[in-house]
Amino acid sequence: MSSWLPAEFHVRIDHERCRRCKRCIMNCGFGTLSFADRVVADDRKCAACHRCATFCPEGAITIEKNPLAFKHNEHWLPEYRTNIIKQAETGGMLLTGMGNDKAYFSYFDHMVLDACQVTNPSIDPLREPMELRTYLGSKPEKLEFAMEDGRLVQKTPIGPQIQLDVPMIFSAMSYGSISLNAHRALARAAKECNILMNTGEGGLHKDLYPYSDRVIVQCASGRFGVDSEYLNHSALVEIKIGQGAKPGIGGHLPGEKVDQEVSETRMIPAGTDALSPAPHHDIYSIEDLGQLIHALKEATNWTKPVSVKIAAVHNVAAIASGIARAGADIIYLDGFRGGTGAAPTMIRDHIGIPIEMALAAVDDRLRAEGIRNRVSVICAGGIRHSGDVAKAIALGADAVGIGTATLLAMGCRLCQKCYTGNCSWGIATQRPELVRRLDPDATAQRLVNLIRAWSLELKEILGALGVNAVESLRGSRERLRGIGLSEVDLNILGIKPAGR
Amino acid sequence: MLRIDARGIYYRDLNRMVKEAAAAGERDFVLDNVNGQRYIGTGIDEALNIEVNGVPGNDLAAFMNGPRIRVMANAQDGIGNTMNAGSIVVHGMAGDVLGYAMRGGKIFIRGDVGYRVGIHMKEYRKQVPVLIAGGCADDFFGEYMAGGILVLLGLDRPEGKPLSGDYLGTGMHGGVIYVRGEVDPYRTGREVAAFSLDDADEKVLWPLLKEYCESFGLDPAEIQKVPFVKLKAVSSRPYGRLYCY
Repeated sequence: MSSWLPAEFHVRIDHERCRRCKRCIMNCGFGTLSFADRVVADDRKCAACHRCATFCPEGAITIEKNPLAFKHNEHWLPEYRTNIIKQAETGGMLLTGMGNDKAYFSYFDHMVLDACQVTNPSIDPLREPMELRTYLGSKPEKLEFAMEDGRLVQKTPIGPQIQLDVPMIFSAMSYGSISLNAHRALARAAKECNILMNTGEGGLHKDLYPYSDRVIVQCASGRFGVDSEYLNHSALVEIKIGQGAKPGIGGHLPGEKVDQEVSETRMIPAGTDALSPAPHHDIYSIEDLGQLIHALKEATNWTKPVSVKIAAVHNVAAIASGIARAGADIIYLDGFRGGTGAAPTMIRDHIGIPIEMALAAVDDRLRAEGIRNRVSVICAGGIRHSGDVAKAIALGADAVGIGTATLLAMGCRLCQKCYTGNCSWGIATQRPELVRRLDPDATAQRLVNLIRAWSLELKEILGALGVNAVESLRGSRERLRGIGLSEVDLNILGIKPAGR
Repeated sequence: MLRIDARGIYYRDLNRMVKEAAAAGERDFVLDNVNGQRYIGTGIDEALNIEVNGVPGNDLAAFMNGPRIRVMANAQDGIGNTMNAGSIVVHGMAGDVLGYAMRGGKIFIRGDVGYRVGIHMKEYRKQVPVLIAGGCADDFFGEYMAGGILVLLGLDRPEGKPLSGDYLGTGMHGGVIYVRGEVDPYRTGREVAAFSLDDADEKVLWPLLKEYCESFGLDPAEIQKVPFVKLKAVSSRPYGRLYCY
């Protein structure tokens, strides 16, 4: 039965400019292009990943939306109509990649930051030092000192802390969902920027061991790759309870992406689906979570902080309070815009809450309970630029995680076809001919550039705010104002409206 | 040999004593009056021998990577959680979530086991985890199995008590479960099918059974009188037709 689905995109080739070098055909990971007497496109396969257009030496290719007109309907968007055709043909769940792409209200885009003028002078980051350094880990309630031999000595022990040069880390993306070369690039960039990368659920490939002091190793429900060697080649260990893109459900790496190396790192047969169960089956209560946190601390001899990653859902504040009391050192909140390599579309687009709300609620609740110091809070989920970073810090985040932005820096165009394993950019694939396109060093440099660019912008923002340390902006809701937000929204975010 | 009286000792201190002695070269330990201390054997890489007298707490041998532990009493939940290597022999029954995400090593339980035993066990090449439960099991035995060998013996089963609970092997996509006796089809997950043993199975199972029996002074011939059934996943991609791409 041939498909009734219209092509989403149309590949337009200017055959006069085209010099028939066939570079586009070689570059396309989706098999869209071929050569007859000229370059020919099978539009139905095009994912709008822009690889062909980017590498065409003559600029002869552009990708258009298929001009096939749908009768306009605000309720039945074309996407909903074609989704039903797809499901009528297959009987399956819609699958997609990356983060929620629906038109939900953005709170980041309705908040603005302050600047200093006249009475409170701003600081010029070009001429005065700006401190972006951040330490992740549990902080004590108070510090006690004593005089010993005429010297002031700190008596309060402080648990393990991880230093970040800037308050940004690379979000978790598993080896399996992305390629080994992509992981190599992340590790090298994390080391050079002195921040962190995260292995995700897929284990840590041995090639990355030299970078382990900048790696967060994840212990997810499938426990892929988790042994004592893995746990000890890390800066910290993270228990993954959920992620923003698919709260409440487990991971699913299709068998197509489980090649020999992925199979070895995850310890499952090659070609099988790598399934992470929905809950950790040893965590059915907050006490169970406390038990696993302490098991991991015991397994790493109490030398490393333990982080717990949760998706932002309705009662995230209460959950966060429980996690802090269960002994976690770091809470990682992932909002509903967070990305993934594969998730059912309905789960991705209709479950979870925005990170702005989650962050404000968690920060408020922990402060109200007097336990904010027990955890560092990292937030993630669609952080698009340093403006979002600054706003997140003002709302209370100790640091932010960037995933989608990191992939975009590597070449991703957000075509949302990660689950096919055909990523033309060599990122979300295990096909050797595609993976080899991603040069780890050149890509690491792109990531270093991104972090540097955002750090410079963050310093400019801090300078404009009249502070010289990110510490001074952290949790300072007074530096934010809302524009076009309702009273309830302002109340939850804990900010004033512009004008007040 | 280091003998520790664990009475009244906090688990962190007990485990630290063991780890420090192990780092100094001690290889044989006897822990007396153990009463619920957790994480014994956790994250230890050295091939130690540990005898536990008393009931150990949860997460015995979690993330363990080498030691051989004998428990001379019942044990609790979470034994061998994400264990990589080593062995655990329990002279009694044990609780829930045993061998979760186990990746290597052996766990032998003499008596009954609880819920969710052997979930998501995995294997790679020669590294094949083994869990043998001597008594009966509750629901979700072998759920999500991706590799390894699970054995359910049903020894000393009272008349009328089912050998296993429901959802036996549900979501299985690798590995093998050997059940001594009959398995009600309605109790098994959709992803598994039952077969009788062949020569290859016997080559794998009989040596393991012998080892198990030696641990507890049992007679393998007696146990082998009841025929075994093998449960295997019918597909390595049980969820391959769920999605529309």
